[in-house]
Amino acid sequence: MCNQAVGLVAAELERRGISTVAIQLLRKVAEKVRPPRALAVPFRHGFPLDKPDNPGRQHAVIEAALNVLEDRRLQPPAIVDYEPEKKKGSGDAI
Amino acid sequence: MGELSEFPLRYKLFLKGYPWRRIEPVPWAPLKKPIKDCRLAVVSSAGLVQPGQAPFDDSIRGGDYSFREIPADADVVTLMDTHRSELYDHSGLRQDPNLVFPLDRLREMEKRGRIGSLNRRHLSLMGSITAPNRLVKKTAPAAAGKLVDDDVDIALLVPV
Repeated sequence: MCNQAVGLVAAELERRGISTVAIQLLRKVAEKVRPPRALAVPFRHGFPLDKPDNPGRQHAVIEAALNVLEDRRLQPPAIVDYEPEKKKGSGDAI
Repeated sequence: MGELSEFPLRYKLFLKGYPWRRIEPVPWAPLKKPIKDCRLAVVSSAGLVQPGQAPFDDSIRGGDYSFREIPADADVVTLMDTHRSELYDHSGLRQDPNLVFPLDRLREMEKRGRIGSLNRRHLSLMGSITAPNRLVKKTAPAAAGKLVDDDVDIALLVPV
């Protein structure tokens, strides 16, 4: 339900001109609800930014979300899968 | 990936027949400027509130569709989890609310110039809303209005 809730709010923000990226914990729900831009993450519910007290891991997920916003090749609705390889790379760069 | 298999059978059956609200058409606001120049707001559905704010009300049928404003200078560790769902493990976000409301991480990104600025306020929802009509018709427009008034450029949405 949380995935749907943020998707529906994201849609309204986009209608009003604000670019959004919604983290999504259930890809299947993202495919049905269709938030404009989604980053599908491989974490269990309760852990959308990976690990508590781990700034590097949290930064990596946020960085991936910002990359979704910056990717001008994407078309609505866009779902990008968070890739662990990228996560490691981004985490090391911080 | 979160999996439906994480949930109890009763809830899995509910989800199997649940009519997800399809966004149609899908709106699209292209990024207008580099993120290093953008003002960012967080919208989290983890049900966090500041001390003194009313907790989310789990007695509201279909889900509490209200939202709280969290000021940009909020101390993240003081945010309180009032999401009553027993369907997920709350231990991580109670240990570190940045896991669902990453203001500290975003402040760090602002400091090193990755994002332009953090908005003066951010929004907290409680996402267990099975009847989303009021969310769509009342909450989302009200939330969007506040962020438009603040000249927010980009929003990061975080479910739980």
